[in-house]
Amino acid sequence: MITKELVIIGGGPAGMSAAVAAFDAGVRDLLIIERDVKLGGILRQCIHNGFGLHRFGEELSGPEYAYRYEKMVAEREIPVKLNTMVLDITSDKVITATNSTDGVFQIKAKAVILAMGCRERPRGALAISGTRPAGILTAGTAQKLVNMKGCMPGKNVVILGSGDIGLIMARRMTLEGAKVHAVCELMPYSGGLARNIEQCLHDFDIPLYLSTTVVGIEGKEHLEAVTVAQVDDKRRPIPGTFRRIECDTLLLSVGLIPENELTKQAGLTLSPVTNGAPVDQDRMTDIEGIYSCGNVLHVHDLVDYVPEEAAIAGKSAAAYIKGDYSPAEAIPVKTDGKVRYTVPQKLTTRDEARLFFRVANIFRNVRIFVKDGENEIFSLKKIKVAPGEMESITLKKEVMEKLSGGELYIGMEVGE
Amino acid sequence: MNTRELTCIVCPRGCQLTAVLNDDGSVTVKGNTCKRGEEYAKAELTHPVRTLTTTVRTADGSVLPVRTAQPIPKELVFKAMKAVNALVLDRPVTFGDVVIADILGTGVDLIAAGIWNNVK
Ligand SMILES: Cc1cc2nc3c(=O)[nH]c(=O)nc-3n(C[C@H](O)[C@H](O)[C@H](O)COP(=O)(O)OP(=O)(O)OC[C@H]3O[C@@H](n4cnc5c(N)ncnc54)[C@H](O)[C@@H]3O)c2cc1C
Repeated sequence: MITKELVIIGGGPAGMSAAVAAFDAGVRDLLIIERDVKLGGILRQCIHNGFGLHRFGEELSGPEYAYRYEKMVAEREIPVKLNTMVLDITSDKVITATNSTDGVFQIKAKAVILAMGCRERPRGALAISGTRPAGILTAGTAQKLVNMKGCMPGKNVVILGSGDIGLIMARRMTLEGAKVHAVCELMPYSGGLARNIEQCLHDFDIPLYLSTTVVGIEGKEHLEAVTVAQVDDKRRPIPGTFRRIECDTLLLSVGLIPENELTKQAGLTLSPVTNGAPVDQDRMTDIEGIYSCGNVLHVHDLVDYVPEEAAIAGKSAAAYIKGDYSPAEAIPVKTDGKVRYTVPQKLTTRDEARLFFRVANIFRNVRIFVKDGENEIFSLKKIKVAPGEMESITLKKEVMEKLSGGELYIGMEVGE
Repeated sequence: MNTRELTCIVCPRGCQLTAVLNDDGSVTVKGNTCKRGEEYAKAELTHPVRTLTTTVRTADGSVLPVRTAQPIPKELVFKAMKAVNALVLDRPVTFGDVVIADILGTGVDLIAAGIWNNVK
């Protein structure tokens, strides 16, 4: 069997950044495995701009952003196997993969970084009554068709879900000559960024209907119309608000799910909240030497923090490979529900630690606090927090050194 | 005086801006957290601009991502789409290469945001 010190599964921004960080920390016997024809991940289809202001101080499109990382990988001559699909990982880090030249092969790795990204929730996950005609696809599938194949799925469009990908596609389809009749959002607020509501909907007078969903689908071979309705505060359709919209395309932008089949095969248990493997501050999972980062760990709507998180995994994996790994007793980090989850979910360090988190709803005038038993060790006020935005807090070394070793609890008080 | 509430589109932060067009034609901006936000608000009140990102057809039947190197006047966006969709790219380009120079006389170039070199 081939052996490698480090195998990175997935060549999106997370996998590339992890590989670069591991290389820069001294790892030379490493390999990136990517099932697609090129490195870059999902950003290859995200041709819109707005990437990289945070990381490069420049406004780039998705492919340009991904290319920056591709160049860093190439400059370091980090080996990459493209068109290669990983089929299995075992808990002792034996990877089974396949491609058309090598057939099925196995690699025994000292450390593995999971960077498989996420995929969109398919329509099956949503209960809409009616027929099952063609013309219903996820916003990301439409994005791939339009931006990478040059092929428009339809001319009259309704979008269900106001996530960023849906908003971006509302603009994209409009620019290519389609009419977007409505963006319907089940929740009373949009899951997308304010800037995307502005530049993708308002710029083109595309209406956004909040607390509204699709309740019916018509069409035999191809989609002919949908019925939309307003919903009450229990998300039940309100009689009398039903409206039929003729359309040939329904795009679904109803959220992303981490692509964790391999993670489960390795024997890891996923968090029911993040749908990713729980990790420590190094992004190490419950199996020593297996790391997870990027969208496979938890959904990052924005790429901004992905390379940073992946670099932590890459650097930590390098230290682990060199035998420089001595974790402290694990401290679990629990949340109060208003704070939905944190990453990491446990701390095995007493050095400075940054906790990323997401909240369950839009809250205003909040105070975020961290408790060690009865002891409050951190507090931060914020004017507004929203589910769509990743937040973070940093626990300083002085605070970390004094921890009792019991559970940490992160919660939020909501003001007027 | 003309006051407008705006959502900044420069970065994912999406700051809520208040922009006032003063009688002397100058613009005062509040709520921005960076210089780019101020520039955005000023432009919104005087001559709104947008970066256009789209794809161009290539001679081998594929598509290549392109974008305007700088924002162009907002009212020219659909016209620019027409110009791009009328083109079939038949020479190799890489990231940053000019695909259409000075698009619609704006002084702004349309540049490649990908690599295409499959010339027959
Ligand atoms: C449709 C869509 C649109 C998005 N639009 C935006 C946007 O506009 N702006 C933004 O900031 N963020 C966007 N995101 C979020 C974006 O995914 C992240 O910002 C970022 O790309 C995550 O990087 P990643 O490397 O974790 O995942 P990805 O970029 O998804 O990369 C994962 C890679 O792993 C590979 N892979 C998966 N499984 C295997 C396997 N078994 N074997 C081999 N290779 C495998 C995949 O082929 C892929 O290349 C979008 C996400 C999706 C799904």
